[in-house]
Amino acid sequence: MKRLLKGGRVVDPAGGIDGVRDVLVEDDRIAAVGRDLPVAGARVVEIPAGLVVCPGFIDMHVHLREPGQEHKETVATGTAAAVAGGFTAVACMPNTSPVNDNANVTAYILSRAAEASLARVYPIGAVSRGSKGELLADIAELRQAGCVAITDDGRPVATALLLRRALEYAGMFGIPVIDHCEDPSLEGDAVAHEGYQAAALGLRGMPGAGEALGVERGILLSELTGSDFHVAHMSARASLRSVRRGKEAGVHVTCEVAPHHFTLTDEALASPVPYDTNTKMNPPLREAADRDAMLSGIADGSIDAIATDHAPHHYDEKNVEFDRAPFGIVGLETAVPLSLDRLVHAGLIGLPRLVELLSVNPARILRVPGGTLAPGAPADITILAPDRTVRIEAAALRSRSKNTPFDGWELRGGVAATIVGGRILYVNAAVEALKDMR
Amino acid sequence: MSAPAGTQDEPRTDRIQAATALRRKDLLGIAELTTEEIALVLDTAEAMKEVGERPIKKVPALRGKTVVNLFFEPSTRTRTSFEIAEKRLSADTLNIAVGTSSVVKGETLADTALNLEAMRPDMIVLRHSSSGACHLLSRICRSAIINAGDGMHEHPTQALLDAFTIREHKKRLAGLKVAIVGDLQHSRVLRSNIHLLTKMGSDVWVCGPPTLIPADIGRFGVRATSAVDDAVTGADVIMLLRIQLERMEGAYFPSLREYFNVFGMTEARLRRAKPDVIIMHPGPMNRGVEIASEVADGPYSVILEQVANGVAVRMAVLYLLAGGTEHEAAA
Ligand SMILES: [Zn+2]
Repeated sequence: MKRLLKGGRVVDPAGGIDGVRDVLVEDDRIAAVGRDLPVAGARVVEIPAGLVVCPGFIDMHVHLREPGQEHKETVATGTAAAVAGGFTAVACMPNTSPVNDNANVTAYILSRAAEASLARVYPIGAVSRGSKGELLADIAELRQAGCVAITDDGRPVATALLLRRALEYAGMFGIPVIDHCEDPSLEGDAVAHEGYQAAALGLRGMPGAGEALGVERGILLSELTGSDFHVAHMSARASLRSVRRGKEAGVHVTCEVAPHHFTLTDEALASPVPYDTNTKMNPPLREAADRDAMLSGIADGSIDAIATDHAPHHYDEKNVEFDRAPFGIVGLETAVPLSLDRLVHAGLIGLPRLVELLSVNPARILRVPGGTLAPGAPADITILAPDRTVRIEAAALRSRSKNTPFDGWELRGGVAATIVGGRILYVNAAVEALKDMR
Repeated sequence: MSAPAGTQDEPRTDRIQAATALRRKDLLGIAELTTEEIALVLDTAEAMKEVGERPIKKVPALRGKTVVNLFFEPSTRTRTSFEIAEKRLSADTLNIAVGTSSVVKGETLADTALNLEAMRPDMIVLRHSSSGACHLLSRICRSAIINAGDGMHEHPTQALLDAFTIREHKKRLAGLKVAIVGDLQHSRVLRSNIHLLTKMGSDVWVCGPPTLIPADIGRFGVRATSAVDDAVTGADVIMLLRIQLERMEGAYFPSLREYFNVFGMTEARLRRAKPDVIIMHPGPMNRGVEIASEVADGPYSVILEQVANGVAVRMAVLYLLAGGTEHEAAA
């Protein structure tokens, strides 16, 4: 079956394309991108001016919670949230119950993903058995079962020695080690960024230096081993400084930043709702200088990817005292509007750079298909409506959990449609021109 | 329910007439109070103090109202102070302490609050080890919430009673040099006092080891130092904060002996302060750690007055939050 996406601005940095083009999809692959492609034999979808056709977005940091925490999220609900948020693929973290530290769990996640048949799911395996930080997980087996990276996310890789071994071992398979960078000995049982807000609210604070220590450790060990090291959810300006220096020195280090870290600061802990547990995440919302550093890293290219750290938690789990609430917020359905509004419309970056951050670079770092509209590539396509006003409504999220600090926010820019392997899996009902697309 | 006019036990209604009510549902912290509201509480507390000096220490202001004292942390001092205040205002009181409630069985604070709320109390006085616990309760409950200390956040009635005590001695708050010495990092008393005293125009100095000074303390509008002599020099008021013995384990300072040598308030250090300095402590004290016994029991100490004033200030807070009017108070 052939489908022709006719007109619309195509932004495909990998192919050096930014302009009005047609995209021809044949079955599950991209067949051609060009001007005035022949219509014959294809079902034509007219893409109205103002919409933007991009290679599918890939969220490289998502907690799908299955197996074991299905009250928070499942592979099915998480991937439904993904396609509604414009993501054609997600990489899911191994801190499930049981931990994804063996091929059985990986296979289970992939079978659930196949049943759901929505966004593509790339499991990430554990560095250590049970993510306990002692013995290495069966990394070869995880790789063979389909894991695209390893991490003990939720916590840092326990010791420098274990991280070194993981980098050496993962290097054999050409997969990156992703670390939740933090020095736990410095952070203790902290629940917020160390600064004025934590001091005023009486919350135990973790300084940016704790994250930067973890980043620096990973960079030094990546240099030592020659393996790929990826910094998860970077939030501190000192971490960015380390990453920049590491890249200048030629170390194989990459990093991601989450939308909440380039939009919010720790002031959100105090207002509008004091002690809102939907402002509690790890790493924490930091001060304005850190938020601004993340914006500058996005603008100047030192940050490689935007990843949501989508961390669903049940309402009951969040409806507790601030220091008892679990860390994390959902992000799959808010990332694109936040990025368009705060990065593109704010004039910080153009759409091609946004597509690099959300598609090209995640595909490159994880070495997964996608990130391009080149002929032969999978027909994973995200269509944006950059000028549409979007109102975030927590209750309307497809994710099983609604823990977002962005409830009620009005943002400029949204997702018009999401196509995975040539199948149109999401069409925004509000985008009139596409309503007959499916 | 008015008492016969002109009895000598009548509170000074000239003050209370100005004192209508706090136009807010809860008292969660000093940070959100205006200077007018603070002055209103302090003025009302003066009238309430007179009630405590009567032979019959009771007015019917809160008759028919139910106040729950919900204490998740043991605190005999604060709880009894609130309880006496409530009884003097004729409220029905109910004490719930952790260990006697279902909280120990794993019930969440939200569920505890909803269950209490179903019994329709008018006010809940909450003491809790988590900062922001009162805010959570406030969002759930229609009852007025009074913060009796939440984690490291605030302890507003303590700051109000401290200010009341200072005002009794100094007749003002503005322009006074107040030195607060001790564990600044973990102290909710510090935070409430900083908010109150800076709002009222005092010159606030805070002092402690750098390990126990919160981040960005300068943004609170105070001067921070680890040189205790600088903090104390020329002070009108010296307020000492409790040093918790377990802080040594967090490597905040090497030993209690060393803490006392470097920061402990001794008679020798006191000589740098104004001749009429007053010494305050929110209690409970560690003698020989943050304060020498000679100072705690000496002529400058107003520590027991603080305790006595606590009742009057808490009566004022309860009364004003209940939306009290002049004729109700002047029983
Ligand atoms: Zn993490």
